[in-house]
Amino acid sequence: MLMLTCPCCGVTAEETEFTGGGEAHITRHGPGSSDDEFETYLFMRENPKGVHFERWRHAYGCGKWFHAARCTVTLEVFGTYSAQTTRPPQDILDTITKKRPGWTWRDIA
Amino acid sequence: MSTRLATGGRLIDRCTTLKFRFNGKLMRGFAGDTLASALLANDQMLVGRSFKYHRPRGIVASGPEEPNALVNLGEEGTFEPNQRATTTELFRELQATSQNHWPMLEFDIGALNAKLSRFMPAGFYYKTFLYPRHFWKYLYEPFIRQAAGLGKAPKARDADSYEHSYAFCDVLIIGGGIAGLTAARAAAQTGARVMVLEQTAHWGGRAPVDGGTVDDTPVDKVVDSLIAELSAMDNVTLLNRCMGAGVYDHGYVLGYERLRDHAPDAPGPRHRLWRIRAAQIVTATGAIERPLSFAGNDIPGVMLASAVRDYITNFAVSPGDRTVVVTNNDDAYRTAIAVKNTGLDVPAIIDARPEGAPGPLATEAEAQGIRILRGKAIAKVHGTQRVTGITLCAQAGAGAPLEEIACDAVAMSGGWSPVVHLWSHCGGKLTWDDTQACFRPDVDKAPIGADGIANHRPAGAANGHLHMSTLMADAHTAGQAAAKASGFKPKTGAAPAGASLDEAPLMPVWRMPQGAAQDLRAKSWLDFQNDVKVSDVELAAQEGFESVEHAKRYTTLGMATDQGKLSNINGLAILSDALGQPIPQTGTTTFRPPYTPISMGAIAGEGRGDIFQPLRRTPLHDWHDANGAHWEPVGHWRRPYAYVRSGEKLHDAVMRETKNVRENLGLLDASTLGKLLVKGPDAGRFLDMLYTNMMSTLKPGKCRYGLMCNENGFLMDDGVVARIDDDTWLCHTTTGGADHIHQHMEEWLQTEWWDWKVHVANLTEHYAQIAVVGPHARDVLEKLGGMDVSAGSLGFMDWKDGTLGGIDVRAYRISFSGELSYEIAVKASQGRALWDALIDAGQEFGVMPYGTEALHILRAEKGFIMIGDETDGTIIPQDLNLNWAISKKKEDFLGKRAQERTHLADPTRWKLVGLETVDGSTIPDGSYIPADGTNANGQSNLQGRVTSTYHSPNLGRGIAMALVADGPARMGETLMIPEPSGVTRYAKIVSPVFYDPEGEKQNV
Repeated sequence: MLMLTCPCCGVTAEETEFTGGGEAHITRHGPGSSDDEFETYLFMRENPKGVHFERWRHAYGCGKWFHAARCTVTLEVFGTYSAQTTRPPQDILDTITKKRPGWTWRDIA
Repeated sequence: MSTRLATGGRLIDRCTTLKFRFNGKLMRGFAGDTLASALLANDQMLVGRSFKYHRPRGIVASGPEEPNALVNLGEEGTFEPNQRATTTELFRELQATSQNHWPMLEFDIGALNAKLSRFMPAGFYYKTFLYPRHFWKYLYEPFIRQAAGLGKAPKARDADSYEHSYAFCDVLIIGGGIAGLTAARAAAQTGARVMVLEQTAHWGGRAPVDGGTVDDTPVDKVVDSLIAELSAMDNVTLLNRCMGAGVYDHGYVLGYERLRDHAPDAPGPRHRLWRIRAAQIVTATGAIERPLSFAGNDIPGVMLASAVRDYITNFAVSPGDRTVVVTNNDDAYRTAIAVKNTGLDVPAIIDARPEGAPGPLATEAEAQGIRILRGKAIAKVHGTQRVTGITLCAQAGAGAPLEEIACDAVAMSGGWSPVVHLWSHCGGKLTWDDTQACFRPDVDKAPIGADGIANHRPAGAANGHLHMSTLMADAHTAGQAAAKASGFKPKTGAAPAGASLDEAPLMPVWRMPQGAAQDLRAKSWLDFQNDVKVSDVELAAQEGFESVEHAKRYTTLGMATDQGKLSNINGLAILSDALGQPIPQTGTTTFRPPYTPISMGAIAGEGRGDIFQPLRRTPLHDWHDANGAHWEPVGHWRRPYAYVRSGEKLHDAVMRETKNVRENLGLLDASTLGKLLVKGPDAGRFLDMLYTNMMSTLKPGKCRYGLMCNENGFLMDDGVVARIDDDTWLCHTTTGGADHIHQHMEEWLQTEWWDWKVHVANLTEHYAQIAVVGPHARDVLEKLGGMDVSAGSLGFMDWKDGTLGGIDVRAYRISFSGELSYEIAVKASQGRALWDALIDAGQEFGVMPYGTEALHILRAEKGFIMIGDETDGTIIPQDLNLNWAISKKKEDFLGKRAQERTHLADPTRWKLVGLETVDGSTIPDGSYIPADGTNANGQSNLQGRVTSTYHSPNLGRGIAMALVADGPARMGETLMIPEPSGVTRYAKIVSPVFYDPEGEKQNV
């Protein structure tokens, strides 16, 4: 059972306080988008073995959404950060690079 | 025979005799006995029958690894199957019965299977019962289920109580043996908060039985002083009778504490499940001895050498008068010496290792006059329900007999395997130790915490340190390292120095004798519980089940309650040999929690009965309860399905209520409907994105029905939205939708449109809401007096604040029944007062409360959809002819893009229609409407399905709503609706608006 720190309220808590919300940093495509774009938006996911960026919600706490950078193999948590961003903050990326040299995720490396 | 010795027994109290019953037979034991030791003291070696062949099974081990001695304990509310006699502490009036036999333990019909065992190899069931297929359900499966199975499921409600407890510590030590206690002291001396879990009632593990010294003090004395020292420390929690059941991510550990299994009459909960978060974990879980694989090694009287020693030393119980010891290592010599010291006979130590320099243990055994046969093996064991003797052979050969040795017990030792289960639960890797022929933790590949740093270390025998000489230092270091890793500074100073007699190296022996012939291998048991033999694993390998996980499932090796604690390594070795590959290449099966079975009660904890889940009550709940409510669970709420009057059946009540709403006056408790307040400068823009229709153009004081879709285009909720003022809207959701629609709104606001200025508040429980419905709705409100509720002042789809009967209310003129209808919202605290006032004032108008079933029928009569009936997560508004509620002006809303996809825009999608049965009967729920022909699976094609179906008392006939292919274009067509019972109904496609199609009744 994971331990996560909510960046909104600062509480470090057990997984049962949170709910997972799937992959992070997905661009919404609405009316006017192509079928490919819309398919990518709704269905295409990274499903990586290793570094991953996810959405979580502090459901039984402050109720806020946030992002977590996590290793899907070892379950190591590299850090959590605000949901109000379209790209992981640089300090999180630096932490990951230090621990997982050569990692990539979508167009991020 | 097995018997109680006149003296000795470090754990028993001979002054306290305990009577107990086994299979109804009265027996006596002592306080401190386990059920197993007490059974052996009463010469009850036979304790059960095996799973497949119903072979006689005796006690093999003395701890949680026991595969055979599983019994039913207790009766009625305390009945529990599959309890291990070796870990069951004896108590007064204990009732145990043996399992898996019929009609009786000593004579079992199923044992005929054993005679047929030649014809029932691995995979027998898979191979034999495949065809004909329909025989499986009615013949094979019931027969096999009757014959197989361990124990019986309890039937009575569990009479005991259980609880959960939460704990946090810096260092958690699992195992209270000499290694665990030593590690605990090393960690605790740093000031770290330390918890120690020990599965048995006693501290010290095997050390007091096996002997040795620590800093020249006998180890049993060291255990006592360690416990005294740790007990006195404020930062240490010692829990015995508490098993470390499982290790999970990021230092989460489950402890299973058996509070009063040993004292059933004591007060309090029976089991406590500890939910522990530890910064660092030390597993000091010891090691388990391995059996040897020789023919007849499953005959009662063949036991682990360590278990024989345990029963003698701990309980003063001798398993036999003449005990042959068979071994591949020096440790088992301790058993021979222990038996000899009781004055009983050890006819021989059969040592598979060839001649070599004898170690100190062999020298001592020889000095005691025990005959040592080196390079020898057991060819076969004689006896059926009890060992009567063995045939000796050379270990090197195929089993040619050399000599018969009479004996009534065999103590076997194939070496020791560290208990790596808890290390492995959360990803710790293993390494193969060639010298000791065992897997031990690979400390370089430890489980890690959230920070990516190792949070788990093994200590002592669990780390492969099987001898006192290195065990103490290892445990001390592990304790210090764990404390350091959790942020504490270890003290300097030397580790305690352990010492025990030197032991010569063991020789791996996976098969005895080495070249055992087929007939011997087919009687050499690997898994005693599941009847898996050497020959079965070899057959699995031969048939291509090369992966250890496949071989396990094909043969059942290592399955069931003991999870192969004795059998796994021996099975792996045989499989590796058959595949011609080294053991580490074969690997182990996955170790999964719990370590040994834990009770369902402990898992449930307090969460049973009334507190299984929280119950939500509306402010009117008590009134409903006192007035005949037949409750319907709706989420966590309870809503009245109908109010049943004395002498009335439930269906009659529903019919009465439904009619009364249309003819007089009905009251509905609508408090459970979701009420979400959406406020802010961007609230209108936000709601335009969430609803399919336009909400920003709604005028204050007005209401509008809205649909909500997800991004897949599918309907997820509906309800009436009221605009309160310029920047405030109140969104009503379905009862079940209140929480998740609130979350849905928050998700979009927080993660997509986070710069939009909108707040959402869930006010569902702030208000009681009462629907006042029927031709006399206005009359009763006017009688209460206060605000003007006339058609001119409060028109259809208007809302207004005011007072009624002196109570502040907000009245919505909305209708889910097609009748003249007001929904009156009041502060929750005023809900009951308004309800009582309405009931009183309504008497002259024939008021009746109505429940959810009448609500359903009334809405179905009007063709109104219900989320969850007409929708199932794959339905779009267009399917329900709700195109009028989908804005064409809006550029975007959730679901708009998805609804443009070809399969959602497909004109042949099933669409909503009404159905009227030709004979007026009611179509059963869930009926399908078949079409001509069959699909690729040979099933009937379908052209639709029934989504709602009721008997309408107002129309006097059955009505239904259905989704039918091209339905709206097929009005008047008659469909055939067959039932599984064979009855076929015919129904005409009609408009889904069955009642008052012009809507005249609600617009008065």
